[in-house]
Amino acid sequence: MRKFFLVVIILGILIPLLIGSLRRPAIEPRPVQDLKTEFAAKHIPSVDHMKLAALQRKFSTPQEVTQACIACHTERAGEVMASTHWNWAREEYIEGHGIRYVGKRDILNNFCIGVSGNLESCDACHAGYGYVDSSFDFSDPKNIDCLICHDNSSTYTKTKMGMPAPSVDLTFVAQHVGPPQRTNCGTCHFFGGGGNNVKHGDLEKALFDPSRDVDVHMATAGSNLQCVACHTARNHRLLGKLYSISSMNRNRSTCEQCHSAVPHDNDVLNEHTVKVACQTCHIPRYARVNATKMTWDWSTAGQLRNGEPFETEDSSGNLAYASIKGTFGWERNAVPEYIWFNGTAGHYLLGDTVSPDRPIEINTLHGSYDDPDAKIVPVKIHRARQIYDPVTRMLIQPKLYAPVRGAGAFWKDFDWQQAATQGMKSVGLPYSGQYTFVATEMTWPINHMVAPKEQALQCVECHTRSNSRLAHLTGFYMPGRDTNRIVEAGGTGLLLLVILAVAVHGTVRIFLHLRARKGPLT
Amino acid sequence: MKQMYVYTGFERFWHWTQAGLILFLALTGFEIHGSYQFFGFDQAVRFHSAAAIALLILIAFAVFWHFTTGEWKQYVPTKKFLRAYAAYYLIGIFRHAPHPTRKTTLSKLNPLQRLVYLGLKILVIPVSVISGLLYMFYRYPQRHGIETLNVHGVAAIAVVHTAGAFLLVTFVTAHIYLITTGRTATSNLKAMITGFEDVGEEEFRWVDGENHAAQPEVI
Repeated sequence: MRKFFLVVIILGILIPLLIGSLRRPAIEPRPVQDLKTEFAAKHIPSVDHMKLAALQRKFSTPQEVTQACIACHTERAGEVMASTHWNWAREEYIEGHGIRYVGKRDILNNFCIGVSGNLESCDACHAGYGYVDSSFDFSDPKNIDCLICHDNSSTYTKTKMGMPAPSVDLTFVAQHVGPPQRTNCGTCHFFGGGGNNVKHGDLEKALFDPSRDVDVHMATAGSNLQCVACHTARNHRLLGKLYSISSMNRNRSTCEQCHSAVPHDNDVLNEHTVKVACQTCHIPRYARVNATKMTWDWSTAGQLRNGEPFETEDSSGNLAYASIKGTFGWERNAVPEYIWFNGTAGHYLLGDTVSPDRPIEINTLHGSYDDPDAKIVPVKIHRARQIYDPVTRMLIQPKLYAPVRGAGAFWKDFDWQQAATQGMKSVGLPYSGQYTFVATEMTWPINHMVAPKEQALQCVECHTRSNSRLAHLTGFYMPGRDTNRIVEAGGTGLLLLVILAVAVHGTVRIFLHLRARKGPLT
Repeated sequence: MKQMYVYTGFERFWHWTQAGLILFLALTGFEIHGSYQFFGFDQAVRFHSAAAIALLILIAFAVFWHFTTGEWKQYVPTKKFLRAYAAYYLIGIFRHAPHPTRKTTLSKLNPLQRLVYLGLKILVIPVSVISGLLYMFYRYPQRHGIETLNVHGVAAIAVVHTAGAFLLVTFVTAHIYLITTGRTATSNLKAMITGFEDVGEEEFRWVDGENHAAQPEVI
């Protein structure tokens, strides 16, 4: 008997140990408390620019400010001129196109379509002065706009031609420079596409002063992180980019930078991170404060009232129709769509010929369950109708902006024929003279406005038979969502058969017993 | 009425603990399977995993008990009285015929039970346990960490585990009914609770549709 208990005890110890040994040793994540402490440290500048003699003067042009900057920061100009903020292009490998030097010049978007021919307007977000056409000299450091990123006084604004607004006091701004703040990044990145939150859905003016519910990292009353806390920079090369233009899986800014790939206490949750991006659960909805543009129908643009363009708003105050742009659909607190994404993307490049049978993918995010690099990510898919040449089978780059009428710009003349002719001419592509409008789609990964953990997706929002958030992702088995038809039918059938047999057998027994009314029930 | 000690203390503890755990595993498991919502998916997963560990420990003890006590011999299948028992459950039971054999300490399972329980012990439970362990400890292929139990997907594991679950639930359903088919409707239940079973003064057996008076027989 003693031997019996001894063996029982040994088994009782060995088996849990054996099970425990199968576990993957956890990579210790940095405790959130440590991170909070680290990021609470305030940046103390080594230089007070207000005291610099070189800045005690009046600047008559912004280029003079730049020259003053690079007189001391001698090597920074070269760094900026190697950056994407300056070039609006970089060398990328794009599947189907090979290695190309591409950027906003060649890649279209699903909003104002493209910068070509419209640079006078788009240049308001170029980190330079006077990039209005292809004659711009990308090797002249004088035209670098240091202030758009480094103004810490929140008084610097840019306008057409990329020049500072006339009201800007250049001396004051030059004396108040420092590391980029949210206001610097947000000025451009929150308003892409011609208005707040139009493009991204997860980058908008609410991030200037967010609550914890809006952004758990940037909450002004909380960790108050700036954009550059995650989008760290070395020599003016910033970590992170978006697949509206980028193509390759490199230089990404990730949650794992701080939190590691296994940040949960729960092993089951940690295992999810192999196939599920952090954003999928931790950004359950996007555009949680202000609406984002979901649809854009260019085909209705150009309607005039009494010969004048007009705008209408929807019930929530969002722009519903604009003569210059067409009809919009907006959504607030939107549920993302989900796709497999391996960090590489393809793009429609100007001049590509495509069939309009299916919606034309302005960008294509690659990935599948079978791809070991791919994870499930949340995305906003922006659906539009864009102008298209049915003869050359190309999407048309229309000329939209010009300062005056008569230049063929759609926003002044409201003539698609002229806009298409002038636009395609500006990019050196043929235009047949015929145009129509076709469905297009653009995919935007959702990465920002991370919700507090209490608001993270619950298991059952994906692991459920009906209305699973991942209902459209196929090619893999997910517990709770999927069943095997044969096992389900066979198992249920067998169970019902036995219940039926028991019911019949039991009923006959009880019936016979009652009829006999003698002896115990057997 | 004579009483006989059929089930030892450990046997009863093992039986009822296993019964409870299997029912709880079924309840939580089919919630994870998406059949209904009760605890909530995350709680169901937590409970299911905990109950699974408990069942594994119980099984370890039970396996040890079976081999040290020689009780495993109870599950060696036999053809003897197999037809008699099939005939009993299909016909004899309705005519108040006695069981074909008498339960003894040395032979407490009839040939049908032997077959079914052996099937559970060497097929259904191992399949459920192994697929369940894989379910708990599989790893998707990844480049970091120790690549233990890498799988491409959980489909095969999940399908086998679900099939095992359906078989177990079906077994439990039949089992709960069949415990009413002892000498009296409750004698089997009583025996599994107290360990003691009433045995009649004389026994009959039902063979080939005829009622033969017979001595109790050890299978």
